[in-house]
Amino acid sequence: MRIIAPHASETRVLEHPFFEGMDPHLLRTLVPKAVEREYDVGDYVAQEGSPCDEFLLVFEGKLALEIGAADRPHLTVQTVGSGEVVGWSWFVAPNLWRFDVRAVKPTRVVALNAPTVRHALASHASLGYDFLARLLPVLAERLENTRVQLLDTYGR
Amino acid sequence: MSGPHPLAPRPVVVKSHTQETVDTVTLVLSPPNGERFPRFRPGQFNMLYLPGIGEAAISISGDTKETHQLVHTIRMAGKISNALAALLPGATVGVRGPYGRGWPVREAEGKDLLIVAGGLGLPPLRPVLYDVLDRRDRFGRVEIIYGARTPGDLVFYSALQEWRQRGDLRFQTTVDAAGREWYGDVGVVTTRVPDMRFDPKNSVAFLCGPEIMMKMTARALEARGLPKEAMWVSMERNMKCAIGLCGHCQFGPSFICKDGPVLRYKELEPLLWAKEV
Repeated sequence: MRIIAPHASETRVLEHPFFEGMDPHLLRTLVPKAVEREYDVGDYVAQEGSPCDEFLLVFEGKLALEIGAADRPHLTVQTVGSGEVVGWSWFVAPNLWRFDVRAVKPTRVVALNAPTVRHALASHASLGYDFLARLLPVLAERLENTRVQLLDTYGR
Repeated sequence: MSGPHPLAPRPVVVKSHTQETVDTVTLVLSPPNGERFPRFRPGQFNMLYLPGIGEAAISISGDTKETHQLVHTIRMAGKISNALAALLPGATVGVRGPYGRGWPVREAEGKDLLIVAGGLGLPPLRPVLYDVLDRRDRFGRVEIIYGARTPGDLVFYSALQEWRQRGDLRFQTTVDAAGREWYGDVGVVTTRVPDMRFDPKNSVAFLCGPEIMMKMTARALEARGLPKEAMWVSMERNMKCAIGLCGHCQFGPSFICKDGPVLRYKELEPLLWAKEV
């Protein structure tokens, strides 16, 4: 892992599709302590059970979300690529990652600082609503996709 | 081969047997006495018959130009398909067909072509790919998404590598779950639809796979602006006569064997989303 920008700019964050059209004034409150990082293939971005204190914007590459148990091999249940986001446990107590996140391609992310984001969302009602309106469709789609995966439609 | 009775299978010989995955094989069949098979259209199927066991509708997965052989990709899913999948070179199998309405490849000429296949949905679409790649300059962008349960369930492995390397089409694969040896995409096929590059006002989509996959893909493509009338799906139902007489494959007002298996999504949509049809 390499740090590309220890203080990611508003301009950079606004480039990500998740924030498309957001009022720059509101966005400004989310950006303090944001960091841009680069990962090589195989690098862990996060591990299950570790503190989740970042909201990740994926700019390039691909991350695998993996789950595992002691008695079976790790399973990749989803990959997330350029233009997508990872992580919401920073908002949901106990704020621990619920899966491993591993780079399966060289990947570049901007990590928003969770305490900063939580404080900004709590302080500005309109920002809170705007952010939720962006995040919920992502979660809804992922939940729907997971349900279809559970159906095992290709199964024997 | 001269005009057979539509219900009479003709004996043909298994030329080769390729194990595609743990439960899927591809058989190449040769006609007897150096004869030629009738030409088929991409998306059509044959009825393959084993005496004492039964008959099954199997899509033709080979190249329409190759009338010296027939290619069928069979998944082991029951008594008849298991027996077909066990056939080795030299074995005899009965064939009648081809039947059904195939993919409207001509309608896609001059347009961007989107192909989305899930699981065993790729074999019925492979003849389309052969046709399109033979006449590549007649089509716009060609975008393909292929989904499977796991990396081990992807069929036509060497063809997949070849198609991925081509610079004149985009080929994305995704699986429902994978181990660490897989560096590709994991997720349902609809997660790849946002990455497809096409002009929604000038595109045609061919979808083949489990019904829920086709329904969700159609919805995802519609969200990208592709009209329903530009989408085609391949339906599956139990086929018996394959010539529109017995009614086993009836789907609403249509017989899948005769009016399909390829049907326009716009006409099918109300039935596809009905809970019990």
